[in-house]
Order: sequence, then C-alpha cells, then structure tokens
Amino acid sequence: MLGQTTNIMIVGVGGQGTLLTSRIIAQAVVAMGYDVKVSEVHGMAQRGGSVVTQVRYGDKIYSPIISKGTADVLLAFEKIEAARWLDYLKPGGMVIINNERVNPLPVMSGKAKYPDDIHNKIAGLVPRTVIVDATSIAEGCGNIKAANVVLVGMLSQAINLPEDQVVDAIREIVPPKALEVNLAAFNEGRQLMTSAG
Amino acid sequence: MKKLMIGNAAIARGAYEAGATVAAAYPGTPSTEIVSTFAQYEGVYAEWSPNEKVAMEVGAGASIGGARTLVAMKHVGVNVAADPLFTFAYTGVNGGLVFISADDPGMHSSQNEQDNRGYGRFAKVPVLEPADSQEALDFTRLGFEISEEFDAPVMLRITTRLAHSQTMVAEGEKKEVQMKAYRKNGPKFVMLPGHARMRHAEVEKKFHKLREYAETSPLNRIEWGHKELGIITSGVVYQYVKEALPGASILKLGITNPLPQRLITDFASQVERLVVIEELEPVIEEQVKSWGIKAEGKEIFTLQGEYSPEMIAEKLSWTQPAVGFGLDKEVPPRPPLLCPGCPHRGVFHTLHKMRLVVMGDIGCYTLGALSPLEAMDACICMGASIGSALGMEKARGEEFASRTVAVIGDSTFVHSGITPLIDIVYNQGTSTVLILDNDTTAMTGHQDHPATGMNIRSEPSPKLDLVALVKAVGIKNVRVVDPLQLDQLQTALKEELNRREPSVIIAKRACVLLNKVVQTERYYVDKELCKGCRLCLRTCCAGVSFLDEEKLAVMNHNCVACGLCPQVCTFDAIKKVEG
Repeated sequence: MLGQTTNIMIVGVGGQGTLLTSRIIAQAVVAMGYDVKVSEVHGMAQRGGSVVTQVRYGDKIYSPIISKGTADVLLAFEKIEAARWLDYLKPGGMVIINNERVNPLPVMSGKAKYPDDIHNKIAGLVPRTVIVDATSIAEGCGNIKAANVVLVGMLSQAINLPEDQVVDAIREIVPPKALEVNLAAFNEGRQLMTSAG
Repeated sequence: MKKLMIGNAAIARGAYEAGATVAAAYPGTPSTEIVSTFAQYEGVYAEWSPNEKVAMEVGAGASIGGARTLVAMKHVGVNVAADPLFTFAYTGVNGGLVFISADDPGMHSSQNEQDNRGYGRFAKVPVLEPADSQEALDFTRLGFEISEEFDAPVMLRITTRLAHSQTMVAEGEKKEVQMKAYRKNGPKFVMLPGHARMRHAEVEKKFHKLREYAETSPLNRIEWGHKELGIITSGVVYQYVKEALPGASILKLGITNPLPQRLITDFASQVERLVVIEELEPVIEEQVKSWGIKAEGKEIFTLQGEYSPEMIAEKLSWTQPAVGFGLDKEVPPRPPLLCPGCPHRGVFHTLHKMRLVVMGDIGCYTLGALSPLEAMDACICMGASIGSALGMEKARGEEFASRTVAVIGDSTFVHSGITPLIDIVYNQGTSTVLILDNDTTAMTGHQDHPATGMNIRSEPSPKLDLVALVKAVGIKNVRVVDPLQLDQLQTALKEELNRREPSVIIAKRACVLLNKVVQTERYYVDKELCKGCRLCLRTCCAGVSFLDEEKLAVMNHNCVACGLCPQVCTFDAIKKVEG
C-alpha cells in the first residue's frame, strides 16, 4: 500500500517564478531520499496566464498530478489564484496566500471585476490560512524578485523540511550573485511561518 | 545516484547514451527541451531546423549515412513531417532513428489535440509510450535497437505531462556505437515505384516480426491484482490508474503499435471486466474490440482533454467526487496575454483600430485574438496566414484584400510562410503581409532560427536576410517599421493596403524578454490630465492599472517603459519621468 504522500500545489501567474520555487522544494526533498514527482507548465501559459506546478513526494509516487481535495499545502503567489485552485486543498490543509493582486485580462478590459476580499473569504473557509506580503518582504531584503524565495521559506517551514536541505537546494539553483538576497528572503519567510504557527 | 529530470531531458539523455550523434528539431511545446538538451552534450551535432519536414529529412539523411539519429517535434509538427516520414517508413534506416511526437492532450499550448498514435498505424512505424522520465530514457535507448533490428524509424510518443514532469532517473553509461557503414543501395533508398513496391512488401514482413516482438517484449507487462477489474493502459495514464484503482490488474503497454494480440487476449480472458483507459482516441480500444474481445473504453471515458486519477476513480465508481470549496466560480479566468513591452501589442492595437480583417498565425501573437485587442479573424496552423489571405482575396476580390492583412512571426515565416508568399506573387494577389520580426522563436522559450544569425548552441551562423528573401521571391514593396511607433506603422499599413500589388511590412523589434536590459526610463500618469477614459487599458498591458475609486490610470511595477501607452492616450496624461 501507499505510504504517506505529501502534495504541494504552487499556483500563480505566468512569470512570477512558481517554477523556481517548485524546483527548490523538489531538490530539497530529493536529497532527503524521497520519491518525487514535479509537474511543470511550459509554453503559452507562461505568458501571464494562470499557472500551476505540483510537487508530490513520499515513499512511492505514481501520478505527477494532484487530485482535488488532496493537497496538503496550497501556495498561491496571487490572491485570486488561491481561490481558483482551492478545491485541490484537502480538509485540514494549509493555504499560504501572497497578498498580491495581478489583474487578469477580463479585469483589465473591464469585462469582469476583481474580487477584492477574496483572501478574507478563503480565511473564513480554511482555518489554516496564512496571508503574507512577500513582495514587500523581498523588497526589504533587497530585491522584489526574491518574493518567491520568501514563499519557499514559508512553505518549507510549513511542511517541516530541514533548513539545511532547503538552503543547499537554493545554493544549487539560484545564481551566485543573487544568493545573499535570496537567503535573506528565505530566512524571513521561514521565521514568518514559525510565528504564524 | 538518481536525479530529477523532466521527460524531455531524459529522452535527450537516452539518445546520448544510445550513441546518437545527430539530432534535429523545430521548437514546439511540449517537445522543445529534447533537442536543446541534447545539444549540450559533447561530441554530438544538433540543429534547429527551419521546420519539422526538414528536421525529418535531415534525420533520414543522417540515418542513411549511418548515424543514430534523434528527431523531435510537437504533435502538429508530425503533420508537417508526414511526407518524408511515410516514405522513410518504406526505405527503413541504416543508423537507428527515433523520432519524438510530443502530443498535447488538453491543448496547454496547441491549436488541436490530435492523437499521433494514429500516425503509427497509418505510417506503419513502431510506437513506444513511456510512462515517466526513467522509461523515457530507457525506451529512447531501446528505441534505437528496435529501429535497427526491424529496419524502421521508431516513434516515441509522449504527452505534455510526461514531457514536463520531473521524475527520478538513474542515468546509464554512454554506449560506444560504431557508425554504420554507408553503401549505395538504390533498391532500398531510391523510392521509384518499382523499388517502393518491393519495400512495401518488406514493411509488411517486418511489421509481422514486430508483432511477435511485442508479444514478449518487457515493455508490455501485466501487473496482476484482483481479477474483477482489468485495465489496459499506456503512457502517463498508467500512473493515474495506479493511483486511482489500487488492486486492479493492469496490462501496461509500452509498445502501442503494433499491439500484442495474444497477450491482450490472454489478459482479457482472465479478468471479469476489461476497461481500456487511454487519453484522446480509442486507438487501443478499437483494435481490441475488432478481435471480438469484450471491453469498455470510450463509453465511459471522454475523447477530449487530459485524464486525471480522480477522474478515473470517479468514472469507475471507486470514489465519490471530492466536495470542494467552490470559490473557483467567483474568480475571473486568467488567459495568457502579451508581456508588458511586447512589440506585438503595437501591431494588434493598430490592426484593431483600423478594423482590418486579420489572417493570423501561430506564436505569441495569436494572443492578439483575445479581447480587448480582438484583432484576428482566423488562425489555423504554421504559415496559414499568408495562403489564407490570398484565398480570401481570390474569393472576395481585391477590394476586400485592401482591408485584409496576413500576420506572421519571423520564425513561423521561415518555417512555412515563404512558399505561400511565392504563391501571392505568382498568382498576382495584392495581399499585405506583416512579418512580426522579434528576432527569436518566442513562445517556445526563445530559440534561435535562420534569421537570428545564431545556431542551437548560440554560436554565430549566417543570418537569413528577410528583406532580401522577400524581394527575391518578387515582392517589390518591402518596408521595415518599428511596431511601437504607432504612426509609422499605421501609415505603412494604409499605404500598402491601398496598393494594388503585394507588399510585405516587416515590423521589427526584438522580443522584450530577450537580453533584458535594465530599464532606466520611467513613466507616470499625470493625475491632473488623466480623464479616466480607460483607453490605455485597451492595450491590455499588465504595466498599467486602474484605480476604480479615484477613476485614474496608474503605472505599476510591471511597466517596462516601452512608450506605447503614451501614444494611445488622447490627453497626453502619460509622461516620462524626467531626470
């Protein structure tokens, strides 16, 4: 029978760096000896569309994609993307929402309204909701582009990944000149999650 | 030690380990990373070909020449390469040839979701379907052996979820393979009718042998569980079945053409209920049923889109559908859109404003069809814009042609836009063709092509001169404009559309994502001048937002100061930050 499997869904807007985040987490869990599968999105959706990458690890993983209602953590880089994919979260799962608004095309063209209070609505439905302003934290660390690594820090703490393993993965994947900022961003995220419980 | 690899990288590794020394491809999601990864290995030749037909021909030549050869393309690319493929299936190989068909169920990044396993049966070539990255590596390696043993090009058919999923891979040793000797052999390689008749007989003979091989190959295997339910499946769907139906008996097919009839018949006879689970077309199911075996398949499962573990579990009543939070209905959809600073935005803004009929093509710029730009009337396949613009003209006359443009990217033009342009000249059309030259194959992730002056390894190579090419086929009116200078573009369009002769306008500006320079210029919205008219928002650029309460436009951090929206604003409210 299947052993324990951890399912992580990382959602956002094409170009926000979801791919890098999933690769760092996956690299860290590989080093811990798990079987791992990661499903990525390349191609057209990367041009500002809704994107989802999925990381699954455990003793033995078959499907690279996560079934609805089974994600342990839903990490959303953008508010309404959290709502779009919320059905994948399992009962008792955690949702981490970056408090960032990126207008989709129908909102830009005035055909739809951006549901402003969506993150509060989610918090009302999901007891384990954490809302974070990763963009300004990253800015404080020296580069707003490190927002995704703030989220890596939070996610890795939420799923109890050992800090060293994730730091090693960051060192391996992030370009050396951006390393310092990214490690600072990672620590901020990690601490934030510790205090959020 | 095992490591994570996407399926595409594993295929490249498998080809390298098998001793392949030549690879050719035209970029296309989800296949692109196969040959770009292969190109990184030492001691091999790899190329971006102008299109898939050329890639397949380069592959055929390399194989006839004696090398093990890899050719890769997306599913619709096989349509382009079908002509050499079908006859290469007759000649057979010298050095083994494996070609990848990367299908896209669900159309993540494609214009259709054709099931290319059909090509396997149609062209009579063996088809292998791996289910994860390890199998992608192993099957590719083995594919070269099969190709040489059965004297046939081998299709490795993958889907998006295999191409772009990372799973664990143990790499093997690179095999030292001697190049096959080259000997002139007309009856095998010169497909005159007399030779081809003999080769067709050979094809049937080797296919018979392949059937026997499929019966005992370890690529087809049974995983026995309980006997109430037996599943026949292949590819990544196998993984979904394992997840969704624990305990069921599974016949996992790694070779889906030809099918192992005895193995399947035997499996079917031992299970109470037999279900074939395959995405898209009932390729396996129809053959199984044609042998008189009782099976279910498309009565239960859809012909459309991707499958998933939960969908399989639900359809076979194993579980209740998960009851979710249902918030997804409250959020607006998020289709992809052109990047801030994209040169295509200027073109589609202008085409929309001029209310032209636009025959479109395949690339990022197909997004110009979406609201609010909505400046595209048709988009069919690579290169179709130019031929279909001529067809429109021949159907509706020159007057109509003076309101019609064909719009095609630089890479797509080189791929298959040149021959229809010759048609326009030859058959005296008057069409205006816009070539959107952004100096790259953008949508697939910025691959070089003949007009960029770089090869697959980013080394300098002779640069195709588009202006000279267009002139050489007989277009007299050629001009180059900057697509972000809207006046210039509109003037050029007006003049060329009014001309009763064919014209080409090259809208030249590099993709904004290429060689990113740090933008020092900044724009802002002057609150005194902004009337809240939202005209700037109609460019659908993520760099400008609207404050609903203040009724004001505002630039945000996505703005790359391309200077387009200041040209669109009728109140001159968008200004450059001085100093």
